[in-house]
Amino acid sequence: MRRGERAGQVSLSRVALATPVRLISKSVKKIRMDIVGVLPLDVAGAVIVLWLALGLLGLALQRSPHLITNVIFPVGAIVSLALAATGLWALGEAASYAVLPMGLPDLPLHLRLDPLSAFFLILLGGASFGVSLFSAGYFKSMQDNTLGLLCLEYHLFLASMALVLLADDAYMFMVAWETMALSSYFLVTTDHHVPDIRKAGFLYLLIAHVGAIGILLSFGVMQGGHGIGAYTFAAMRDAHLSAFWSSVAFLLALFGFGAKAGLLPLHVWLPEAHPAAPSPVSALMSGIMLKTAIYGILRVTFDLLGAQQWWWGVLALALGLITAIFGVMFAAVQGDMKRLLAYSSIENIGLLLVGIGLTIIFHVYGKDALAALSLTATLYHSLNHAFFKSLLFIGTGSILHATGERNMGHMGGLIRHMPWVAVLMLVGVLSISGLPPFNGFVSEWLLLQAFLLSPGLPNSYINMLIPVAAAVIALAAALAAYVMVKFYGIIFLGQPRGEAREQPHDAGIWERIGLSWLALGCVVLGLAPVFVVRQLDLVTQVLVGRGLGNAAAGWLFLAPVDIERASYSPVYFLLAVLGVMLVTAVVVHYFYHGRLRRGPAWDCGFPAQTSRMQDTAEGFGQPIRRIFEPFFRIESELPSPFDTHPRYHGRSDDRLWFALYLPIKRITEKLSSWASLLQHGRIHLYLTYTFVTLIVLLAFV
Amino acid sequence: MPISYSIQIINLLASMLLLIAFAMLSQRRILSLINLFAWQGLVLSLSTFVVAYSTDQHHLYYSAGLTLLLKVMVLPWLLHRLIRKLNVKWDVETLINIPTTMLVGIGLVIFAFNLAAPISQLSESITRGLIGIALASVLLSLLMMLTRRKAVPQVVGFLAMENGLFFAATSATHGMPLVVELGIALDVLVATFIFGIFFFQIRETFDSLDITNMEKLKDD
Repeated sequence: MRRGERAGQVSLSRVALATPVRLISKSVKKIRMDIVGVLPLDVAGAVIVLWLALGLLGLALQRSPHLITNVIFPVGAIVSLALAATGLWALGEAASYAVLPMGLPDLPLHLRLDPLSAFFLILLGGASFGVSLFSAGYFKSMQDNTLGLLCLEYHLFLASMALVLLADDAYMFMVAWETMALSSYFLVTTDHHVPDIRKAGFLYLLIAHVGAIGILLSFGVMQGGHGIGAYTFAAMRDAHLSAFWSSVAFLLALFGFGAKAGLLPLHVWLPEAHPAAPSPVSALMSGIMLKTAIYGILRVTFDLLGAQQWWWGVLALALGLITAIFGVMFAAVQGDMKRLLAYSSIENIGLLLVGIGLTIIFHVYGKDALAALSLTATLYHSLNHAFFKSLLFIGTGSILHATGERNMGHMGGLIRHMPWVAVLMLVGVLSISGLPPFNGFVSEWLLLQAFLLSPGLPNSYINMLIPVAAAVIALAAALAAYVMVKFYGIIFLGQPRGEAREQPHDAGIWERIGLSWLALGCVVLGLAPVFVVRQLDLVTQVLVGRGLGNAAAGWLFLAPVDIERASYSPVYFLLAVLGVMLVTAVVVHYFYHGRLRRGPAWDCGFPAQTSRMQDTAEGFGQPIRRIFEPFFRIESELPSPFDTHPRYHGRSDDRLWFALYLPIKRITEKLSSWASLLQHGRIHLYLTYTFVTLIVLLAFV
Repeated sequence: MPISYSIQIINLLASMLLLIAFAMLSQRRILSLINLFAWQGLVLSLSTFVVAYSTDQHHLYYSAGLTLLLKVMVLPWLLHRLIRKLNVKWDVETLINIPTTMLVGIGLVIFAFNLAAPISQLSESITRGLIGIALASVLLSLLMMLTRRKAVPQVVGFLAMENGLFFAATSATHGMPLVVELGIALDVLVATFIFGIFFFQIRETFDSLDITNMEKLKDD
């Protein structure tokens, strides 16, 4: 579409903005690319078109499922990788623009690729590369007549997410946003013959639409009644809103994007929709789609709205903290592995929002170095979460295929049958728990650094609040690690729970490649933080006007502010860990008496153990359930001690569902029952309505 | 033909149109109802022809011909065929008894004339004063749709309503562009076909063409 347009030379306009920082190697590349005449935006547009074409091709190839899984999904994955590379390239370039000759009258479609979009394109491309490769293996077992449709929706979903990131006017943004919601709705309801999945899909669609209304209204406020031409983002940037109206726009955007991100109290769709969807889809939704909401909040707050208010930051911080604690608390008591991961996604979104809130506070008070630090932490954590959450979700897909179970209460000991999945998921689990030298540690460390360096703000309330917030973050991070111990331990370690099924098989070759890519991403992001932060600086330059930089010389140490104050070197850490392990192994080898004895695991000297005597998923979460009892709505039935067939039943529900959503549902039903009083199904009555309306209008107008 | 004669004739035809509308309102037999509808079409076509002749507008000749073809021949023939096929030559059942309906109809005519009086003052054409009649016949047709129990008379009511609108358009205001008229004619034809299909479906579902049965379709 761009080619024909360039020949016309009519509606295509490109403006180059000077980026303040440009590395030497980048400018060399830029000169070469300028000779060819290709901008990053052209490549990104081509990627979107390619994805759509692949989706349609998949639909056309409905009859040959082998081609879809073995060719289309891998090709789609390579296209993803190309998108990630484009993003990396565009990060150091000036923003490029394009105006497409379609859309509304007076409002053609605007596209723009700036460093913020470029960063999220890297996230999208990098994570979806692994997920698409995994899908090539995962969807093999699907019935062929749905596979073509699934392939179309999958690639449409990817393309619409890329378009959301590239959109430069409200219309384009909303169209892409709704396409994203609808295509993911159809992906969630892939198994639509199950009533629960249909219900989950409906809930998701409902909340997605409520959120979309919020976003639309926010754009409406920012547009400020200046006609349809003012719906471009460029016009919104130039509009100077009063403090009141920009606050309204921010609140609406927070509500709208929060609904997509799973912010409390709009989180209820996440734990329903993620388990309902096929695992690669859950991975895309949790790993990438939630980040488009983070992108939206960043775009509106730091780009479209010129000036921020300090209380926005406090609000975002408070909401983020509540969301994080809530998410991790509920993750701890889940028995379904995908619900557990869904709640863990809520927790991570909470952390990201905390980072955004902190950035707003620092930015408003002019502490741009700290704003850059917390924004870097936020972006870094987005990228990390995309990788490790996608890894864990597709890992649950492999487990689901191997065992046919989602309930962790029926698993156990899978490490012996699925060594590949077990090892690769261990990487993801360690990353999400925030353990060095993996990636989760870096971003959480940066976020805590931002908290610890915060004293000195001119507002004393905030000064008191922030240390409390830091403590809550630390609690959430620790609980997240606890949740992951439960997740990994119950699934992979111990004895098989429940009756033995057929032998679980390990993941296939495509699935292994997909898992390995994401695990590799977790390791590399953890080991090369200096490089990553340098790239992120290009984004923070644009948003808060300053990069974080690195106080330490060289690439080994990351020191956000001062080398004396705090620094971190993952490589040395890794070497130290490996060294200790090596020394231990050597010492054991030489000094231990060398007798090797194999016995049943976890038996503690008790010979008559059965697999029922192990810690269960419920049991592991019990302490959290007791400590945070007021937050849950607990139903449990305990069997009497003399029951010969004891059955335990326990359930922890979300109080918000009962306190907030059910009343809303009741009110809606009441209102619609009033409306239905008009609807009798009698044609004569309807005609009478028409007749009376006509007479009244004729008589009085 | 002098202008005054043509006005006389158009007025005569207009009063016939109104009379036929009343006759349809009071008609109990379905076949006669369709015949009356055909007569109304003929009157309409004649009046359009006279307007075309007196004001020398050529495209109105086409509309007159089109009306004659469609509303006097094709649609009645289609409806007759439909009734033969559905085998529904029953008497028309009404919801309100016929004398009451007629009284309400007279009230509507008075209302329509009152309403049209200020509009007629504005009109400069030879045919002012006819808007009231056109409006009255539209309202009467709507009343007929309201008071009939079965599906076929309702469709006849719908078509008659369109007649009234057409009369307002051609006789009172010298017609719309031909393209619009062609479009409306096609719409009416298509609507009749679709209604025909609906009749079969309704009968298949409820074993009757009584549309009060459709209340059962309501979801509680």
